[in-house]
Amino acid sequence: MKVWQCLVCGFIYDETKGDPEHGIKPGTSWENVPADWSCPDCGVAKADFEMVEV
Amino acid sequence: MSQQPVVIIGSGLAGYTVAREFRKLDTETPVVMLSQDHGGFYSKPMLSNAFAQKKSAESLLMKDAAKMAAEVKIEVRQNSKVTSIDPEKMQLEVNGETQPYSKLVLALGADPVRLPLQGDGADAVLSVNDLDDYRRFREAADGKKNIAILGAGLIGCEFANDLVVAGYKVHVIDLAPQLLGRLLPQESAAFMQSKLEEAGVVFHLSTTTQKVERVGGQLSLALANGEHILADVVLSAVGLRPRAELAVTAGIKANRGIVVNGLLQTNFPDIYALGDCAEVEGRVLPFVMPIMQAARALASTLSGKAVPLHYPAMPVAVKTPACPAVVSPPEPGAQGEWKVEGNVDGVKAVFQHTNGQLLGFALMGAAVSEKAALTQQLPPLS
Repeated sequence: MKVWQCLVCGFIYDETKGDPEHGIKPGTSWENVPADWSCPDCGVAKADFEMVEV
Repeated sequence: MSQQPVVIIGSGLAGYTVAREFRKLDTETPVVMLSQDHGGFYSKPMLSNAFAQKKSAESLLMKDAAKMAAEVKIEVRQNSKVTSIDPEKMQLEVNGETQPYSKLVLALGADPVRLPLQGDGADAVLSVNDLDDYRRFREAADGKKNIAILGAGLIGCEFANDLVVAGYKVHVIDLAPQLLGRLLPQESAAFMQSKLEEAGVVFHLSTTTQKVERVGGQLSLALANGEHILADVVLSAVGLRPRAELAVTAGIKANRGIVVNGLLQTNFPDIYALGDCAEVEGRVLPFVMPIMQAARALASTLSGKAVPLHYPAMPVAVKTPACPAVVSPPEPGAQGEWKVEGNVDGVKAVFQHTNGQLLGFALMGAAVSEKAALTQQLPPLS
């Protein structure tokens, strides 16, 4: 499981935790996060930014 | 006659997001971005969270100007300082040369507010408002122990948390009696304060710094309450002031920020403004989410399809790992009151109108899990 960070705002996406508030189950790899998901902190769509592995 | 470019002044998140969104709609019109610095892209919100991760300024720079220019398909000019704008002739002066534009976008950002400080150490007080500032701050703090932060607002608290985790002894001074003064009810602020204190931060509230003097290799802060603090580095984080001077000199209207309507248009129809420099229908919102919303709307307007900006509810995450927090403050003057429920794990505060409508919230600690559910109940801003 990896940890990713939003390049725009610094939001951390931890694959082990997912984003259950927005329908992303714990354990969801970044690859499997749907394209219409957007960063909960800054609103950037997944398709519009890169996440860096931290 | 060849087509004049869309000119964007500023290479921060606002400038680059407008450029990127515009290119999705218009691949032909030339776009020239004028940056007064290196023009590279980095995440400004990360500047107050990068110390504990030991990030250098170089590692925070995601992409340099050349990479950004190639990727977004625009021209980026580095170290290009605009000295004047002539709205009648639709041209500006940059590094002594005249640059015409078809449309002009002001994405100028904001300057840190500086407190009027006495003493021979006042000029040693640092602010971190961009990547170059961050580099200077890191150099100044390297190998040192004690850091004093002026301001217990959002940025001051984020830095305090980050620096204390990085191993520094951190003092925070603010004139307000509580943290994040305008964003939080008192009980929520007290919770955050206790969590940051547990992490090691020392707060000096309801007082202000009057004098900073050089003592040996250190700085001595004299507070209005009579206390003295010895620090190696002093960081000022007392707020931002929109950069409006360039616009004002050109006859562009400004109030707190550059005044724009719902189309992000100034009093000159071909000049637009967004981001931290802009006051959109009376609001100055120097946060990431409003910039993204504004950039998308403006890109469409620039491409010929006028889209008025509509702000949804936009909660702001406070990056203080010792006390996770998310706030959506009620608008100034909103009718209603805070209702606060708390326990040892967190504090949930909701601001409700007398008719029961949710108008704002502040969630601390475990209560942040309610963010999504509460955000759905908030009305849009406009």
